[in-house]
Amino acid sequence: MAITTTTLATIAAARHRRGRRRRAILAGLVLLIAGMLALTLMLGQSFTPPGQVIRVLAGQEVPGASFTVRQLRLPRAVLSVLAGFCFGMGGVAFQIMLRNPLASPDIIGISSGASAAAVFAIVVLGISGPAVPILAVAAGLGVALAIYGLSFRGGVAGTRLILIGIGVAAMLHSFIAYTLSRAPAWDLQQALRWLTGSVNGAQLGQALPLLAVLALAGGVLLSRSRDLEALRMGEDTAAALGVRVGPTRTLVIACAVGMIAVATAITGPISFVAFLSGPIAARIMGSGGSLLLPSALVGAALVLVGDYCGQFLMPGRYPVGVVTGALGAPYLIYLIVRVNRAGGSL
Amino acid sequence: MTADHRLIAEHLTAGYGDAAILRDLDLAVAPGRITAIVGANACGKSTLLRSLSRLLAPAQGQVTLDGRAIHRIPARELARTLGLLPQSPIAPEGITVAELVGRGRHPHHGLMTRWSAEDDRAVAAALDATQTAELAERPVDELSGGQRQRVWIAMALAQQTGILLLDEPTTFLDVSHQVEVLDLLVDLNMTRGTTIVMVLHDLNLAARYADLLVAMREGRLYASGPPEEVLTAGTLRAVFGLDSRVVTDPISGKPMMLPIGRHRVGTSGPTAASAMPEGTLHDDPMR
Repeated sequence: MAITTTTLATIAAARHRRGRRRRAILAGLVLLIAGMLALTLMLGQSFTPPGQVIRVLAGQEVPGASFTVRQLRLPRAVLSVLAGFCFGMGGVAFQIMLRNPLASPDIIGISSGASAAAVFAIVVLGISGPAVPILAVAAGLGVALAIYGLSFRGGVAGTRLILIGIGVAAMLHSFIAYTLSRAPAWDLQQALRWLTGSVNGAQLGQALPLLAVLALAGGVLLSRSRDLEALRMGEDTAAALGVRVGPTRTLVIACAVGMIAVATAITGPISFVAFLSGPIAARIMGSGGSLLLPSALVGAALVLVGDYCGQFLMPGRYPVGVVTGALGAPYLIYLIVRVNRAGGSL
Repeated sequence: MTADHRLIAEHLTAGYGDAAILRDLDLAVAPGRITAIVGANACGKSTLLRSLSRLLAPAQGQVTLDGRAIHRIPARELARTLGLLPQSPIAPEGITVAELVGRGRHPHHGLMTRWSAEDDRAVAAALDATQTAELAERPVDELSGGQRQRVWIAMALAQQTGILLLDEPTTFLDVSHQVEVLDLLVDLNMTRGTTIVMVLHDLNLAARYADLLVAMREGRLYASGPPEEVLTAGTLRAVFGLDSRVVTDPISGKPMMLPIGRHRVGTSGPTAASAMPEGTLHDDPMR
């Protein structure tokens, strides 16, 4: 079949332009995160000059700076970035697969499930250590399965799944509040951690499970990004393009739940980061292309910025989830209003 | 590119849940031809198309492509031979025409393969064939209904399959765009030799544009063959429960049906009355 060379040249040029644009935006996001990271390491109750921070990171002992940077600021910053990656990528995977921004795991109860399991394990069972994330992952998967099962009626309808998920999330929230209120020695910080998420008291060792789940689940998700992109056109179209819809969906759910649940078990369900990252990334990236990586980067930036604001830019000190929650709630309302105006089709 | 592929349904029974919609259906799709599936609402047209494209697993019987059961063929391999345009595909928000058409290359890529010059050529050819090249960088959301349908067909073309199934490709289009889309499908069939199977509602357009008609009733084939054999008053009565007169389309020379309802049939009085069986009169409560 004849092809006009102008068409060929135009589409190749446009494709290269899109590729360059995408790489530029991703590089910009990485720079932003690096900048925020540097800032968090330098600023705090006291200012640590960059030279000292570098020396501390290089392993030298700097009086007055070593403890602050190595024990307080570094773990906090690293955990913020890694948890942000997990929330951002896990959230957008759900949103893409169900083709609905409300289908984020923190709206439909999966984060709450992980959170409830962690609270139950710590407060009631008195467990700590690596068993907590494992329980959280199991509970997150359990909740995902339950919502899926409850909304399955000759095929899963996205809207039904979301409404059931919101109901489940509400029940789990009251369970968390009840469990916390029964705890022998519960304090506000601890309670807020499990209700809105926080990176207070971060330790560098906690980064390990996050790194592991990022490498495993994140790696699998990224390898499936083309299939996920095809699913955005509807399941029939994706299947016609050679995507095995059922297995892909199962794999994506398992990976996304794993990422969300592990991150939740460590930092608590940092409010709305999973929910906000995807739509923000989509807005920044413009059309086409996988949103997994951009959304992960946006998630990390959100947690870093949110935590910094909560610590230093507000009167008093608030956990990061309070700040991201304040950002996310208006967007949630906007989304619901817009969906209603569009005629209620979610 | 198209060694004529043979797509065959054998004793096919399929449906949703326990309800069988297709019952023991046999169909051999004519290679290199255009086939239109017609029939009343809920007679199983779309179900047949979904079964032929593996979106629906058969309860009994099987669908074979070149002698192999299609549910045994690896998904990507099947998608390189058999394309399907569903009734209402969804364009991701903000995607451009060229990107959407590029999605058609999905089955030609593995886990690690990169976009190649071959992919660019397939996309360019699909855009040219559907006359959508000048829209290439426009967002799909901004296009008119007719343009959008051409773009979706372009995506299916970029897939470069020998067989293309389309579920009501002309729905929601005005008459000029319907004709435009059908002309495009005939172009494809003639230039690339693509085997086309489509579900169509408009019987007269089906008779004009398809080489073969398949008329379905209650999940079975009622008649199949050239339009001259299938589009008859008898078939229409059996398949749609509708009285009609079939005349020769002065434009194409193919058969053309004129429906006969209860009203507004006065001028052709005697003919209309004689075409109307006695029984229908008693069904009318007004008499």
